[in-house]
Amino acid sequence: MTYHNPPTTPRKSATFDDYTLSEIRRAAQTGIYDIRGAGAKRKLPHFDDLLFLGASMSRYPLEGYRERCSTAVTLGTRYAKKPIELKTPITIAGMSFGALSGNAKEALGRGATLAGTSTTTGDGGMTPEERGHSEKLVYQYLPSRYGMNPDDLRRADAIELVVGQGAKPGGGGMLLGQKISDRVAEMRTLPKGIDQRSSCRHPDWTGPDDLEIKILELREITDWEKPIYIKVGGARPYYDVALAVKAGADVVVVDGMQGGTAATQEVFIEHVGQPTLACIRPAVQALQDLGMHRKVQLIVSGGIRNGADVAKALALGADAVAVGTAALVALGDNDPALEDEYRKLGTTAGAYDDWHEGRDPAGITTQNPELAQRLDPVRAGRRLANYLKVMTLELQTIARAAGHNHVHNLEPEDLCALTLEAAAMARVPLAGTSWIPGQGNF
Amino acid sequence: MRSIDLAKTPLRELNQGLHALKDGTNETEWEVLNPRGQHAIAAGVDAPVNVNIRGAVGYYCAGMNKQATVVVHGSSGPGTAENMMSGQVIVKGDASQYAGATGRGGMLVIEGNASSRCGISMKGIDIIVRGNIGHMSAFMAQTGNLVVLGDAGDALGDSIYEAKLYVRGSVKSLGADCIEKEMRPEHHEALSALLKKAGVDGVKTSEFKRYGSSRKLYNFNIDNADAY
Repeated sequence: MTYHNPPTTPRKSATFDDYTLSEIRRAAQTGIYDIRGAGAKRKLPHFDDLLFLGASMSRYPLEGYRERCSTAVTLGTRYAKKPIELKTPITIAGMSFGALSGNAKEALGRGATLAGTSTTTGDGGMTPEERGHSEKLVYQYLPSRYGMNPDDLRRADAIELVVGQGAKPGGGGMLLGQKISDRVAEMRTLPKGIDQRSSCRHPDWTGPDDLEIKILELREITDWEKPIYIKVGGARPYYDVALAVKAGADVVVVDGMQGGTAATQEVFIEHVGQPTLACIRPAVQALQDLGMHRKVQLIVSGGIRNGADVAKALALGADAVAVGTAALVALGDNDPALEDEYRKLGTTAGAYDDWHEGRDPAGITTQNPELAQRLDPVRAGRRLANYLKVMTLELQTIARAAGHNHVHNLEPEDLCALTLEAAAMARVPLAGTSWIPGQGNF
Repeated sequence: MRSIDLAKTPLRELNQGLHALKDGTNETEWEVLNPRGQHAIAAGVDAPVNVNIRGAVGYYCAGMNKQATVVVHGSSGPGTAENMMSGQVIVKGDASQYAGATGRGGMLVIEGNASSRCGISMKGIDIIVRGNIGHMSAFMAQTGNLVVLGDAGDALGDSIYEAKLYVRGSVKSLGADCIEKEMRPEHHEALSALLKKAGVDGVKTSEFKRYGSSRKLYNFNIDNADAY
């Protein structure tokens, strides 16, 4: 035993903190990397590090609830015969049936429809329930091509060609055996109960030149009616967006590292990809350099939580945003009312992320019929619609305060940053200065 | 017979015309002249019609085909009959990469050779190749049959699920989790039916070996990590 006299406080390492130690022990015990859902949990420069300046002497504001501030957005104006018209620039991100229960998918469709926006399929094909309850449905075209068929392509309102996602740029899908129920197995043409890892690259094209031809094929099959989105993870946003435009996208979706996933390796989620805040300006710059800003629409996702986040993303140049994790929370995910059940799973409300295990007490990330039944799709859909409408109102509140009659008139000049990192990433001045790090003016 | 000359008519017009066909149409015979390697020719057809393409085609010819019989009187580019649902696609020449990728049904017959990744991620399609196939063919193949009368390249059937692979010639190497399997009577019967449907004569099913999944990688085990 070591004696200190006088005694000193036991000191833990900042490098080897409690979480790190527990992860070393877990790896040693189980022999497998940690798999979980959701996006990056580490502290990152984010929208909270930006503030709006508001109108004063140099600009005048609009009257709340009286002077109109439009939120309508049209996506897919470049080539598609039938672009998508939305009442709000807040869309629902792609999440699969398989990762989510049928009731959860139905609730997302109901909520999005009530709020006048779109929802998106995922890596598992389109279900009739989802199509039926979603006025505007975006159909994802993924490397696995599970459930892919020309009838659903034609039933969709838009096609989202997924190259990557923020939680795992360069990674493929993952759905572990516990969630491969009979119906999921049938939709994916796989044996029941296996650990399903879908590929990270598309099977029939490589690189942007091929992709251009793939997009031509999809347009030909759908008679040039559907907007075609390309979704990329936050890897190299300037070049990725430029190449997506070159490949013929109508819309580009850029998903930062806070964007969620149903399941992937913790090491992937936390260590690959860029924060959402760091992705927007390079993406917008690429569109501007090509003369395509506002012609090819930009959707930003990854950690959007409230109307202020939406307003900031739009001010930095996005046309719309997508929410995934936040939409699940609105449905009832991680609700403290279920704390007793989260405790039984060795976690706590707000931290539950073992979505791949299919034991979600909220009935959302599960294929267990008993658990799935707990989610009432009508009620949950209403909650989602409320949440989307609140965010839209918050967005309008900020836009009016900045003097704009359309949310797309928000601009970087409406913003300042609280930290050097955020100022550099968002390319707006540090609060109280005219200094944008990396843009000169030292 | 409708004859469309792609040297004079835009691709869009051809495909729009094919998409407008309904079940029971009288316009069942189509001929496409001067394809000159254009992409997505006859993609997305959903009618029981015959389309004869006189010449070489580019990418994704007959992509997502349903019901139709599409014959390429020449060679075809990458992704021929990708995600085919039903019907038949016949390539008289060679086919480039990813022929029959993710195909869910119907039959793809390649009378020449197929390049790499033939039948990648196949989900129910039957593919018959009279010549050889390239590397990484039937990668992650889920269901369906791939029949090769010639040789197969490296890493055949890597990470395969439940698709059945029949190869008459040599296999340069097998991919992860793919093994040779016994040809039981039901496999001879199934293979015989496939060869007959594809119009292949003079070949005995006893000349083929069957390959499929050893199913060792279906559920993750750290001790199998070296296999990846």
